[in-house]
Amino acid sequence: MEQLLDGFATALTPTHLLFAAIGVLLGTAIGVLPGIGPAMAVALLLPVTYGMEPTGAFIMFAGIYYGGMFGGSTTSILLNTPGESAAVVTAFEGNPMARKGRGAQALAAAAIGHFTGGIIGTILIVLLAPFVAKHAVDIGAPDLFAIMVLAFIAVTSVLGSSRIRGVASLLIGLTLGLVGLDEMTGQQRLTFGSLHLADGIDVVVVAVALFAVGEALWVAAHLRRKPFDPIPVGRPWLSGADLKRTWKPWLRGPVIGFPFGAIPAGGAEIPTFLSYVTEKRLSKHKDEFGKGAIEGVAGPESTASASAAGTLVTMLTLGLPTTATAAVMLAAFQTYGIQPGPLLFQREAGLVWALIASLFIGLTLLLVLNLPLAPLWAKLLRIPRPYLYAGILFFASVGAYAVNADIFDLLLMFVIGLLGFGMRRYGLPVLPAIIGVILGPAAEQQMRRSLQLSDGSLVGLVNSPMAVIVYVVVLLIVFFPLIRKFLPKPAPPTTPAPEREKVDA
Amino acid sequence: MTATRSWLRERSELGICALLVVLGVLVLTDALRIPTDFAQRGPVGPKAVPILVGSLLLVVAVLLARDVLRGGRGEAEGGEDVDLSEPADWRTVLLLCGAFLANAALIGVVGFPISGAILFWGAAYALGSRAFVRDPLIAAGLSILTFVVFNNLLGVPLPGGPLMEVF
Repeated sequence: MEQLLDGFATALTPTHLLFAAIGVLLGTAIGVLPGIGPAMAVALLLPVTYGMEPTGAFIMFAGIYYGGMFGGSTTSILLNTPGESAAVVTAFEGNPMARKGRGAQALAAAAIGHFTGGIIGTILIVLLAPFVAKHAVDIGAPDLFAIMVLAFIAVTSVLGSSRIRGVASLLIGLTLGLVGLDEMTGQQRLTFGSLHLADGIDVVVVAVALFAVGEALWVAAHLRRKPFDPIPVGRPWLSGADLKRTWKPWLRGPVIGFPFGAIPAGGAEIPTFLSYVTEKRLSKHKDEFGKGAIEGVAGPESTASASAAGTLVTMLTLGLPTTATAAVMLAAFQTYGIQPGPLLFQREAGLVWALIASLFIGLTLLLVLNLPLAPLWAKLLRIPRPYLYAGILFFASVGAYAVNADIFDLLLMFVIGLLGFGMRRYGLPVLPAIIGVILGPAAEQQMRRSLQLSDGSLVGLVNSPMAVIVYVVVLLIVFFPLIRKFLPKPAPPTTPAPEREKVDA
Repeated sequence: MTATRSWLRERSELGICALLVVLGVLVLTDALRIPTDFAQRGPVGPKAVPILVGSLLLVVAVLLARDVLRGGRGEAEGGEDVDLSEPADWRTVLLLCGAFLANAALIGVVGFPISGAILFWGAAYALGSRAFVRDPLIAAGLSILTFVVFNNLLGVPLPGGPLMEVF
């Protein structure tokens, strides 16, 4: 508690407050832009913080993170075209509401839902994260390796429609992660004698290339010649009757969202869908669902926001990113030479608590700034598409160049961007590749460390109860399709996979 | 001849399999070249993981090829501005690539303010914008503003080139 107050003391200085406000505004502005989801928003805004000290940078990131998420739901409501998986469900009810002239109410329900879900989620971070971190310190290399294997399997199996394509994407990521000097022996791997490659491929370059360059090229190949017309919207507000219908969904959201965010199950896609189904079942206005029921906006938005908070617990305490956005955030930590994981709460206590405090501040700023600014954000949806995608390429280049001030990184980004284009064309999800690049090297380290302890015996990988449990879960996921065949009747709500594969880009 | 071609066109995803095979072979040959006789700590050396990843790449390439030949197709990604009903517009993509590479080629020579403006204008042109006064003005303004903000305010150095030496 004391540490949290210290965190607030750090985060509430005028400079840091300014950073948080800039972060929220930039995050929302970039997130509202069509085609840019929170992961790409964070990746594109990374270079802005290169010259800052870490605390200020992460306070800004907290704002960008929540701002980007909120921006995505605005696009969903006003354009009916979600830019990211977390906002897919919001479009179900939000867009019909907007078409019926209740866009202002939909935006307000989304904004307050985000706030409520985020605040509850962040309170849960405060309560849970130190506890998890304390116990995570004791878990050994075999356990960590097992958890990473679980992350690999989950990200390839849960997401997307085709497992084999998920695995292909993961392997591409692992290959990119291999490039550079082997950390334990200093041997060169896949460097082909190039000095540029000996340092490894910068994760930021990979993230920006796959998300921004790949996306811009892909959209360019199929650019809709007549962009959607966004629905104009006034200042968001809620009537008493609306409030009566929304407060319960707001509070129910975090119950569903937070746990799902914390486990590697593909982020907010499944929990927002579950929330939608729950609200539909519990609502007294079932007939309105599909035609603009406000509960269907309030619940999923609160869920999405709480799941983003849950994601942070896993990312900060275990160093395990469960969504694309968290993966990019992890890359940002690594840029500063900070390794999230069990030791983070001991080594960087000041920074972590300032970050958590600024999550509260960022959420509050988000609510205060975004309700009055909503009509302005809606105007951003009208940006001419050539400028939008030219701008994405422009800032992607700035970002990749600024990492090392090296033209080689621009060429690397181009090649990986072409790869991202191909992956979009053939339905290879992008997230497994990013997780592979980030976690691959860490997983290799943990595996080799485990085997070193056991003197090469493979038993060293499974000699702790925790590792065994995790591997059992892995096997369950792997053989789930087989198991399902033997079940008498498939229970419908177990895998409510949304009909459309969507990676938050 | 045309039959073969349309057969291949239908199954162009086999190209991804080919890419995976190339990657796999690359990873494996590189791994086999790593000397293991010295500096190895622990029972597992720097070779093990590349060999595993390389082999898996080959296995997945085969499995994916089987899936494609049995009629499986990767689902192209949709999006806000994506219209999948039209065939791919390669001209736009190539022009965009050109604009991007022009920036990479020029940034060291003429500096970021100029190369960045070329990138933005070129990309906007590629994407169909034909405002011959407004586009270059926006490109130049954005590029110079970005340079000043990053280089002077945020402390992220970008090459100024000859243009900035004048000031």
